[in-house]
Amino acid sequence: MEVLLYGIINSVILSLLSLGFTLVYSISRLPNFAHGALYIAAGYIVWLVINKLGLPYPVAIVVGILATSLIGALIYRFIIIRIRGMEISEIIATYAIGLAILEGLRWGGLRGMTFTLPAIFPGSVILFDVSVDYQRIFIVGIGALTFFLLYLFTHFNRIGLALRGIAQDERAAMMLGIDSDMTAIVSLAIGSGLAAFAAILLLPLGNIVVEAGYSVLIYAIAVCIIGGLGSWGGAIVGSFIIGFVQILTERFLSTHFQMVVALLAIIVTLLLKPSGLFGKQKELEERV
Amino acid sequence: MEAPKTEMRRKERIDRGIKVRTEGIYALSSLREIIYLMGPRLLLIVGLLLLPLVLELVPYWKRVVNIMCVYALLALAFDFLANYVGLVCLGGAFFIGMGGYLSAIFNSYLGLPFYLSIPLATILGGVFCTVLLLPCLPLRGVYFAIVTLMYPLLMTRIIEAFDILGGTNGISGIDSFPNQYVEHYAIIIVTLLILFALRRFVNQDIGLVLRGVKDNDQSVRASGINITTMKTLAVFVSALIGCFGGAYLVHLYMWAGISLFALDFSIIPIAAVVIGGGGTLVGAVVGSFILVPLSEALRDLGTFRIVIYCAALTAFIVFKSEGIMVYLQRKYHQFERWVKV
Repeated sequence: MEVLLYGIINSVILSLLSLGFTLVYSISRLPNFAHGALYIAAGYIVWLVINKLGLPYPVAIVVGILATSLIGALIYRFIIIRIRGMEISEIIATYAIGLAILEGLRWGGLRGMTFTLPAIFPGSVILFDVSVDYQRIFIVGIGALTFFLLYLFTHFNRIGLALRGIAQDERAAMMLGIDSDMTAIVSLAIGSGLAAFAAILLLPLGNIVVEAGYSVLIYAIAVCIIGGLGSWGGAIVGSFIIGFVQILTERFLSTHFQMVVALLAIIVTLLLKPSGLFGKQKELEERV
Repeated sequence: MEAPKTEMRRKERIDRGIKVRTEGIYALSSLREIIYLMGPRLLLIVGLLLLPLVLELVPYWKRVVNIMCVYALLALAFDFLANYVGLVCLGGAFFIGMGGYLSAIFNSYLGLPFYLSIPLATILGGVFCTVLLLPCLPLRGVYFAIVTLMYPLLMTRIIEAFDILGGTNGISGIDSFPNQYVEHYAIIIVTLLILFALRRFVNQDIGLVLRGVKDNDQSVRASGINITTMKTLAVFVSALIGCFGGAYLVHLYMWAGISLFALDFSIIPIAAVVIGGGGTLVGAVVGSFILVPLSEALRDLGTFRIVIYCAALTAFIVFKSEGIMVYLQRKYHQFERWVKV
């Protein structure tokens, strides 16, 4: 029971972490390697707003999400727009930006265990003989709600439909008057906002540490690759696979193996079926 | 160069006369032409060979020369794979770690002296890395980049999780070099040799085939050449270079640990190649000769220097993607002028 419960929680956490990454890649084909950095930056912004400006928690959450979205939009508007389409430059540039943000934060004083966010719902409850805190239950609920809202947004809203149009066929969408760069900016802003959202939900479970930024990036990549880059359903399935395998290895081996699982998953998936479980890429594009 | 006054002008680039004259056998006929040809190369070779002697004045910086050359080797390996074969390998740390740990095992566990353990580690490391990367070779673009980025991370975690090879403490007590001149010149000479050997290699027929693999692998296949063999060969060459760097580094530090798989060894060579100019090979060396001393000078700033690297890297990718060496070569070989259209 414990495995099942924590497996579900862990899976939802993973899918929340990877949601922003998947969204950006599926819409603008941009591997946003700064995702983990944006996640930590969002947590730090919220912490600053609460502890330095003394504003209430809800205000801090809104400020954090908006500020991170703005950072994402600015990164696209001023840097990535110039190297659009050159995949390797995109990877190197976003990775460099992410590294700069993370190490900049570390230099700016984000060290040690002193940075924590308060839980939205403190306390815990006994569910089927397993102790679970409210925050984790809240995460599962909000996670499910987020998926549902995103589905509605992309299927019944002008901007959402434009995003999907660009994702499916960029040229045809441009002919119909959808601005490719504008949608890419919007997608990166939403993706960063989702990273911030995940940070606010998940960071109260631990401390805000720079190292988490790197592991978040790896988890996001692992989940997306297993599910197939750019496929949302795939990302959710992928996070459930990794989530449960992680909990199982943690129970039967040791916690050291959590990251090994994610890394091995990436390598094995790429070797056996690079397009992932639900990827739509053509065979020729990814392997010879 | 003044800015164009109207839109009816464009910049024209013409090869210098001396460049044209030095392309044939007639280059040998005058001292000026010979100097024009040999100057830049001799500057690099002699400069690098004299560097340890000059730095006797400031002994602290002598160690930096060694590190500089190790990064230059890695940058060469990256440049060769990325710009001549089209495989973007973000796993420089994988080569370093592999060569380093093998050399540490040979030296510390089996008791081989450094002049045996380094070559053995280089060759065996090259073989191991190639075999481990073999399944990834059919991948390309983003996929190959991500896989190779994950390999060093995976190795770190495996060593941590199974607590093998000294675990997080690493393997210590490895022999150092007999004296500091062996230490300096071993790496400097190898760096120069590899630089000029690679330049030759890519201009042979096989280099042409490799570039074909990069530009259009289907047509290479259509010519009856097995591209996987070609890619394997290229990865092996690259892994050899990287593993030598790792094996050397272990003897320099007298210690091998999981920091050999650190991201520094992946990101700094890439930055060096981008800044120096991709595809020139010399650019990779020049790039690391700029970046590594810079990083040493900024040591007091702590992790802030990574921010500076990344800013420089991004700026070069976005605004000056040709890099320093391509720019300098153009200025050296050509002159520019504004002409009416």
